[in-house]
Amino acid sequence: MGDISLPAPLPPPTWPNRFQHVDTLLDHPGPSTDPDFVGGEAVKRFLREDSKVLVIGAGGLGCEILTNLALMGFADIHVIDMDTIDISNLNRQFLFRPKDVGKPKAIIAAEFVMSRVPGTKVTPYFGKIQDKPESYYMQFNLVICGLDSVEARRWMNATLVAMVDPDVPESLKPMIDGGTEGFKGQARVILPSITSCYECSLDMLNKQTVFPICTIANTPRLPEHCIEWASVLEWPKVFPDKKLDTDDPEHIQWLFTHASTRAREFKIEGVTWSLTQGVVKNIIPAIASTNAVIAASCCTEAFKLMTNCAPRLDNYFMLIGTEGVYSYTFQHERRPECPVCGGETIDMPVKKEWTLERLIEALEERQDIQAKKPSLSVNGRSLYLQAPPQLERATRPNLEKKLVDLVNDGDELTVTAGSLPFNLTLRVLLKD
Amino acid sequence: MLKIWSMKKNEETAAKKKPKVSAAQIRLQKDLTELEEFKTMTTEFPDPADLLHFNLIITPDEGFYKGGKFLFSFVITSNYPHEPPKVKCTQKIYHPNVDTEGNVCLNILREDWKPVLNLNAVLVGLQFLFLEPNAEDPLNKEAAEELRRDRDVFAKNAALSMRGGTIRGQTYERVLPS
Repeated sequence: MGDISLPAPLPPPTWPNRFQHVDTLLDHPGPSTDPDFVGGEAVKRFLREDSKVLVIGAGGLGCEILTNLALMGFADIHVIDMDTIDISNLNRQFLFRPKDVGKPKAIIAAEFVMSRVPGTKVTPYFGKIQDKPESYYMQFNLVICGLDSVEARRWMNATLVAMVDPDVPESLKPMIDGGTEGFKGQARVILPSITSCYECSLDMLNKQTVFPICTIANTPRLPEHCIEWASVLEWPKVFPDKKLDTDDPEHIQWLFTHASTRAREFKIEGVTWSLTQGVVKNIIPAIASTNAVIAASCCTEAFKLMTNCAPRLDNYFMLIGTEGVYSYTFQHERRPECPVCGGETIDMPVKKEWTLERLIEALEERQDIQAKKPSLSVNGRSLYLQAPPQLERATRPNLEKKLVDLVNDGDELTVTAGSLPFNLTLRVLLKD
Repeated sequence: MLKIWSMKKNEETAAKKKPKVSAAQIRLQKDLTELEEFKTMTTEFPDPADLLHFNLIITPDEGFYKGGKFLFSFVITSNYPHEPPKVKCTQKIYHPNVDTEGNVCLNILREDWKPVLNLNAVLVGLQFLFLEPNAEDPLNKEAAEELRRDRDVFAKNAALSMRGGTIRGQTYERVLPS
């Protein structure tokens, strides 16, 4: 009683039997291990010395993921997050303390993990995933996403799919995607160009709650209707040139004041500051335990993919905790017409002297493509569009131009046509 | 150690390297070039190189708004088709489902948008608003009430508004060709 124990000095980076439990999985094959798996020192060394993983997001899922990875022996971890710590994060993002409020999540999370788990190197980047080029993502063995936005996931997914070069096996980076929404969650393994990708499953997403604009305008019944009225209708009317910044407390305050007035008019109760923030930022209550389950699933998959010691998740795990606890695992299938990983790429040798019109004719003639009236663009620049009339006229002069003046050798053209069920990528190889 | 490396070589479906064109761009190219031709609707691109911003001109050939020329602005975000196009009427018009700020009450532009829908569906939906204004989903409440109460009075006021007239203190924009 009353003894005050001083913090023990950090033990050396490693010590005998440090990873005893993990080692039992890596020393010998098990009943369902891949036949090619060779247990022993090599795989352990790969995991603890050579492997390099990227964690995207250092929030609710990210804090859990970083901790799990470090404790399992992943030695070289990078983390990206563009956010700073808010006081409301502290109930579940356990790498952060009150003194850290306002500081970058990625940096604080990295420091915390390194101070606790000897021998782990965590390299933070405080910024956006879009800041980094392909060459940056190329250095990792795999990527784990603990994100809260569809947009960021789509970007990361499209980037990783685009990086796959069939001649360079290392260019294929598995993406493990975790996500939670209240008591629900999902973990999935995406092997770009092999399994279904994030874009393939976009139509499975839960719809965000959107209220009809006429309800907001005329017949509000819920506090949310009043808040949406303030943000969707009033803000643009009062500040036509100022974009609403949902991270600016003054903007939220303005919305809150106006939503409250409207709520009083219609005798609606329940408009609060935090509900205002929640509605405009589309905040869904985050639950620490759901995050823990999903983060654990993601890290287990990372461990299995990295060591090959057990079969991977194939490929979609769903956790439904809203009524009891149910889970469902299934193989989500690729969508042939997926704009990111679907479609086909065809190499097309063409003469430099050909006009664009000649190329389009050649495309229409090819039996294996069957493109009727194709429209073409290159890297977002229209080459020839069949419709609408104005764009057809604007791009028509290109038909007469020589290919050598329009595209570079190896450029990839995006071809769409009503007769094509998916988009087609055409790699033009310019020949003399 | 990663087994996928060797797996990839065996995959039949091994795709070739894909270009860096966003899904939104591909989808938009497909949507635009496959737009049906309507004799009552034209698209207009202020900058033909920028497909993300364009205008739509609707010239109804029947109904309350026959003879008018109505302008809408379209903005396509990088999250298309996950997000619907952002559509606004750029004129002040007298219509039960369009408010004086240009907001449009069309279900597929908000709560009923799905990524399987396309620009064609939005155009058809907007066109329909001019053929059959919907008094049940009002944005301009007074116009909607009037339409419900007396279609003839509404027809007269709609015609008046199109000439640039004033209704209950609000002056509307002239939308008839001069």
